[in-house]
Amino acid sequence: MKEHRSQLFGVMGEFATPEQILSAAKKAREAGYKHIAAYTPFPVEGLAHAIGFRWTAVPLITLIGGLGGGLTGFGLQYWVAAITYPMNIGGRPLNSWPAFIPVTFELTVLGASIFAVVGMLALNKLPQPYHPVFNVERFAHASTDRFFLCIEARDPKFNLAETSRFLQSVAAEHVSEVKDEG
Amino acid sequence: MSVTQPPVNVPEIRRLDPVLEPGHTYASVTDKIAAVVLTRPLGIGWLAGFTLTFSLVMLLFGSLAWLIVKGVGIWGINIPIGWGFAIVNFVWWIGIGHAGTLISAILFLLNQKWRTSINRFAEAMTLFAVACAGIFPLIHTGRPWMAYYMMPYPSTMGVWPQFRSPLIWDVFAVSTYGTVSLMFWFIGLLPDLATLRDRAKNRFQQLIYGALAMGWRGSAHHWHRYQSAYLLLAGLATPLVLSVHTVVSFDFAVAIVPGWHTTIFPPYFVAGAIYSGFAMVLTLAIPLRKAYGLQDFITMRHLDNMAKVMLATGLIVAYGYFVEFFMAFYSGNKFDVFLAQQRLHGPYAHYYYALILCNILTPQLLWFEKVRRNVAALFVMSLVINTGMWLERFVIVVISLTRDFVPSAWGRYQPTFWDFSTFIGTLGLFVMLIFLFVRGLPAIAISEMRELVAHESHSGGDHK
Repeated sequence: MKEHRSQLFGVMGEFATPEQILSAAKKAREAGYKHIAAYTPFPVEGLAHAIGFRWTAVPLITLIGGLGGGLTGFGLQYWVAAITYPMNIGGRPLNSWPAFIPVTFELTVLGASIFAVVGMLALNKLPQPYHPVFNVERFAHASTDRFFLCIEARDPKFNLAETSRFLQSVAAEHVSEVKDEG
Repeated sequence: MSVTQPPVNVPEIRRLDPVLEPGHTYASVTDKIAAVVLTRPLGIGWLAGFTLTFSLVMLLFGSLAWLIVKGVGIWGINIPIGWGFAIVNFVWWIGIGHAGTLISAILFLLNQKWRTSINRFAEAMTLFAVACAGIFPLIHTGRPWMAYYMMPYPSTMGVWPQFRSPLIWDVFAVSTYGTVSLMFWFIGLLPDLATLRDRAKNRFQQLIYGALAMGWRGSAHHWHRYQSAYLLLAGLATPLVLSVHTVVSFDFAVAIVPGWHTTIFPPYFVAGAIYSGFAMVLTLAIPLRKAYGLQDFITMRHLDNMAKVMLATGLIVAYGYFVEFFMAFYSGNKFDVFLAQQRLHGPYAHYYYALILCNILTPQLLWFEKVRRNVAALFVMSLVINTGMWLERFVIVVISLTRDFVPSAWGRYQPTFWDFSTFIGTLGLFVMLIFLFVRGLPAIAISEMRELVAHESHSGGDHK
């Protein structure tokens, strides 16, 4: 038999429109909450900013991938054509760099793209099959037409009764507890 | 929320068709698109189409098996015409793929809202077209099991690929293109896979879509990084798509064969690729919106816009044909002049005239709004343009190779049954994959449609 432990992960309120969740998120920040998460069926402009997320490393990772791909591409061709497998064709230069540009370009794009995708997934900690928010039954609507704001229990200002009351005060429907059944 | 405002009447500005018919909510777009995948029973049309295309795939497999048994001698290729159907079809297929990337990446960067409902299946079309394209150079090598020789790897023989050759550039361009298109498509699908997981009707759907969605939960943090990655991918895919057909054109332009060795090739190949790709998007979109009742999402606005893109790129292609002729005579190079005359009067002249008819003359009808708004006419036009673009590649490959420098080296090319069966087989493979895709994955990007609903409800459906 599996031991059934369940801890409180946070409190979640539901909203019907992007405007409502945006204003609720701003109010939650103003009220001093730090660990807020918002779940929406499509990206809502300004929402990540409103819950205190400002900077993402994805562009930097992409740049590194692109530079790495390009340098690898050119380096490989230079090494092959000029060092390990040189071919003297009528005395033409071994490092015929203009001919190496297409492959260098393609590998730059390839490196940058792979890093962008894998970097984005890794920063988002995906794949992640289990997450406590999935325990909330109505959360299935987060991928259709409902907007959810979750204030997490690890927030220093978190208090079950008070935080629930706060969510109700910012016009959340169906305020519910999120249990972590680890 | 979602009160549909009455349209503002501005008589002096002719109002465009909407990119999304009014009255839709987040739930209604989600329901409508997800239902095609999750609940709709398989219709007789789908089954018939799938059966037909599946048998064509069997024809393809049979042709490939026979090719491997007998070798490329079963085709019509010979010396001097070493590049027959295989290269014609390769260039044609890879070109078709380009419209998908153009729609998903370039129109995204240009913030064109109308791309939203067509980008998903256009990207799928890209992937399937690249898959069909990839078969041809592989089997054209004659010994496809040796194809790994084209990749740089430390072999015991100590030999390496010749990086100065456009054929090796092609290997890198096409494989990068395939990989990036796949990632772009999958990233776009991720939120929709989560939607399908949450709405799954049975355990099987839940498992498949759940595994593919990787636990996506639409967190604002996730969306933020997602949008950043998506934008970057679009920015990367844009020069990539231009480079791919440029590199394909280098396969010809770097050679000194008359009719190939011209600097107009890269831009005119790219324009031709987009031209044929948009034609293929229309060929697919018109039956798709009818069969699944998606006229609210793929509106006349989309068809009209795609027709305009075809007209514009068709004119660039026409300009390319003109410059080829002009430069042949202007250069005074007797081989180029002779080749130009061969196109008009040689043994393959009827292909050239058919090409002019399909690619230049017929599309001029698209200037008329009546034609652009006639769905049946657009469908026929898209087939005509696809035929024309195939003929273009045939003219380029075959006429030049049959008439090069020395008359003793002239030849004729006659495709065989196996040439046709392989080509028709890839057509079957392409359409079969489209059939599977339409029922297995959302053919329209649901999360982007929800964004569009939000956008439309703000502007009262009156943007632009």
